[in-house]
Order: sequence, then C-alpha cells, then structure tokens
Amino acid sequence: MNRWERKWRIAVVVVLVVWFSTAAWLTQAYAQALAPAPAPASSLPASELINPEDLVKVLEASTGEKPLMLQVGSHVLFAQAHIPGSEYVGPVTSEVGLQQLRRHVDSLPRKKFIVLYCGCCPWNHCPNVKPADDALRAMGFTHVKVLYIATNFGADWVAKGYPVEKGE
Amino acid sequence: MRRVLVIGSALILGLAGFYVGVHQRSIGSAPQRNSPAPDFSLPDLNGRSLQLSSYRGKVVLLDFWATWCTPCQEEIPHLVELQNSYRGWGLEIIGVSMDDSADPVREFYQRFRMNYPVVMGNAEIGERYGGVLGLPIAFVIDRDGRIYKKHIGATDVSVLERDVKELLAR
Repeated sequence: MNRWERKWRIAVVVVLVVWFSTAAWLTQAYAQALAPAPAPASSLPASELINPEDLVKVLEASTGEKPLMLQVGSHVLFAQAHIPGSEYVGPVTSEVGLQQLRRHVDSLPRKKFIVLYCGCCPWNHCPNVKPADDALRAMGFTHVKVLYIATNFGADWVAKGYPVEKGE
Repeated sequence: MRRVLVIGSALILGLAGFYVGVHQRSIGSAPQRNSPAPDFSLPDLNGRSLQLSSYRGKVVLLDFWATWCTPCQEEIPHLVELQNSYRGWGLEIIGVSMDDSADPVREFYQRFRMNYPVVMGNAEIGERYGGVLGLPIAFVIDRDGRIYKKHIGATDVSVLERDVKELLAR
C-alpha cells in the first residue's frame, strides 16, 4: 500500500466516524424533541377524581376503607409537606418513575382503594397524575382516585388547614 | 381504680399530643414584604457554594422552579432575556431548582442556554421561604436584601420586569 492509498483510507475512516457520530447525535436529538408530552391531568374523567374536602371526610370518617395515598411529585416538596400517612413514590414522567410506582403497588390486591396526588403545578400542567392513574389501571387496580389539586398543594391543601405532615 | 384510669387517659392524651406536635409541625411562615430574604448557601450545578447575601447591592430575582414543571419551562427563556437586558443595571437572577437531582437540571441548563446561576434547593430552603409547595414561585429582592414582591405561579415577564425596573431605579 503506497503513501497516498494509506492517507486515503485514513480519510475514509475519519469521514465514516464523523458521519456515524453525527447521525447518532441527530437521532437522539430528534427522539428527544419528538417524545410525546405526558398526558395532562385535565384529560382525567371527573369520575376518577376526588376533591380535597371529600378526601378529608374519608380520612376523618370512623368507618369505611382508608385509602393508600401515593404522592407522585417531587421529593423536595414531599419533605416540606404531605398528607399524613401518604407514601412517596416520586414523579412518573419517565419509565424509571413508572417502574417505581408499579413496584410500590405490585403486591397489593387489585381492589385496594388508592388515592394519587401531586400538586406540584396547576392542575392542567401536572405531568404526573395522569400517567400514574393510567399505570395503575393498566395493572388492574379498580378503585383508584386522583386528588384534584387546582393550583398547587400549598394553596389547595396546606393553606386550607387540612392535615399535613413533613419529613421523609 | 378510677384515678388510675384518669391518669392513664391523661398520659395517653399527652403522648398523642406530643406525637402530633412533632409530626404535624406547621409549615414555615412566609417572609413578609420588606422583611430580609432568608439567607442561604446552596451548591450550584458545578458544586460550588452560592450565598445569597453575597449579592447584596444587586437586585435579585430568586426563581424557585423545576425541570418537570411546564409553567417554569415556559418562563425560563423570558428570564434569560431579562437577565441579558438588565445585568448591566444590577439585576442578578438566581434559579433554585426543586428537582430531586442535579442531572436533569444540568441538561436543561445547557438546552435552554441559561445565563444565570442555578442552585439545588431542598426542603429546608423551601420552608424558610414560607413553603415552596407549588411551582414556580419568584421573589424579587431589593439591593438591601429585602423582599419586595412574591409571585406565585406562572407570572408574565412584563410583571417581573416592572418590579425589577422599579428596584433598579431606586
């Protein structure tokens, strides 16, 4: 192989490497840009919602099944204030988050009363509750309600004097 | 026997009260207008510590946000623009991310070409600012480190700009 032939081969390899790297980067960027936005909470039917005042009544009632309450928002917000007895699951906007939610409830009977809540953002912007609700229903849970938090957890729960607890 | 029952009940009630007191403490009270903005020292995205009090003499827009918060995302390009327009006059925007980890924040910072520091917030700083229990929340702080305005929820940039201009003109 003469000198020109070697240089030519090196040039081809360099071009191929650059081409493949660019293609990989573009594929990733497009995949990110085209990823579907999480379904909005506003697409949840009213029959699947529970209002804060109604949930408080359920929690305070001396009879009836108490729900398992799962917070599917940020841990920083949960640590500041959450509904007493509720459990932290975390955001479910990614597959990792959804897996976490599935693991959390996997061993429960499918008739278990579950209340999901977030309250990180105004209702029509919440990215978490709809995917969480969809995931539980897909698993066969039949008694799931989503807490309707119009503005945020601070305004619609804490400021109204409903019971709160803080910490992990 | 009756006395034992009364004392026993009182003890149980006392313990229950103590438990409730410990576990259901009230959320931090919100700092009022003209009160000093609670100081903090928090790590930025490079792990360096950022102290709010070192910004004394500047007008500070303290923006509590998170990458997963859609209204926050919509505000960021406007804040970048605001920082560009008024940095020379003494405006410093500080983002306090309430994300659970810094990784998505770093990626977001690059993607949105953010031009102001972002620190990682925590529950303690949220409580000191009156409970950051919904996002976004912005505090406009004057050159003396006092709270001038608090804006809850998505706020039109023209409102923030008006506050900033008022303080910069002082």
